[in-house]
Amino acid sequence: MDENLQPVVAALADRFGASHAEFRGQTTVFLRPDQIVQACQLLRDEFGFNMLSELTAVDYWPQQEPRFHVFYQLNSLSQHQRLGLRVPIPGIKPSVESIEKVFPNANWHEREIWDMFGIRVEGHSDLRRILMPFDWEGHPLRKDFPLGYEEVQFTFNVHEIDQDKFYPKE
Amino acid sequence: MGIEQRTADMGIITTSLEQAVNWARTNAMWPMLFGLACCAIEMMAAQASNYDMSRFGMELMRASPRQSDLMIVAGRVSRKMAPVLRRLYDQMPAPKWVIAMGDCASTGGVFNNYAVIQGVDEVVPVDVYVAGCPPRPEALIHGILTLHEKVRGEGLKKWS
Repeated sequence: MDENLQPVVAALADRFGASHAEFRGQTTVFLRPDQIVQACQLLRDEFGFNMLSELTAVDYWPQQEPRFHVFYQLNSLSQHQRLGLRVPIPGIKPSVESIEKVFPNANWHEREIWDMFGIRVEGHSDLRRILMPFDWEGHPLRKDFPLGYEEVQFTFNVHEIDQDKFYPKE
Repeated sequence: MGIEQRTADMGIITTSLEQAVNWARTNAMWPMLFGLACCAIEMMAAQASNYDMSRFGMELMRASPRQSDLMIVAGRVSRKMAPVLRRLYDQMPAPKWVIAMGDCASTGGVFNNYAVIQGVDEVVPVDVYVAGCPPRPEALIHGILTLHEKVRGEGLKKWS
């Protein structure tokens, strides 16, 4: 770990009891869902992590429990440091606190994780779908979402599939 | 020296109405700009000087559906784009034609997933499908000439 990051990780462990992991020189701190707003506030105000460069989620179904990880990548422009935060969330009624008050650019990212993963973001000012049509059902980046909606046509089943296909009129 | 030569000398040509109308339709068929993905690059190449679609009276790509006769759907159509595409098609004045350019517009291509329409023929009626990923400009021009052939074969009954 970079020596400049060590006090940051130590402070997070001290305040929130957070564990951390390292992978190829990247440090990630694991937090509970109710801690994320305070942790972001702390990192922004006291350690100079003034930029949220990424906010996304990962679905580890069916290998891992809890199934979702919400991932925050913070960037310190003054010290040239990066720090990842991970919040594991169980699959039943998944929800996470909004960090929009701390980093306003989280607004659209949080709409995206609601749209794509169905993770509710509590305290969000405008929680709508952002990529899919508003009448869309389901959350497509979940691992249990069906991959395609049409079977591939081969010579042996081309007519069978063609019968169900929708053809428009003029 | 038949009667045709005599009338031609006087500046009169006789033909059938169908032939005259279809000639006019095929030789100034203005396509609408509908580049959605990488096929649009090949469509541009077909317009540019090397391939030069203006040889077939198609030098004007219109940005407005109200001024165009032909819609070249170049690229994959996402579910969110589909209502827009249908709306633009409805705004085109009849007679109108559609070419599905490339595998994605014809069948969905490699994008068999939730986001992409499996062939633009689910949304608008398609006259000519051009295969290829993306099709070369020659293939697109061949598709257009195939469409011209189809239009020339149309009779009075189809105009109604």
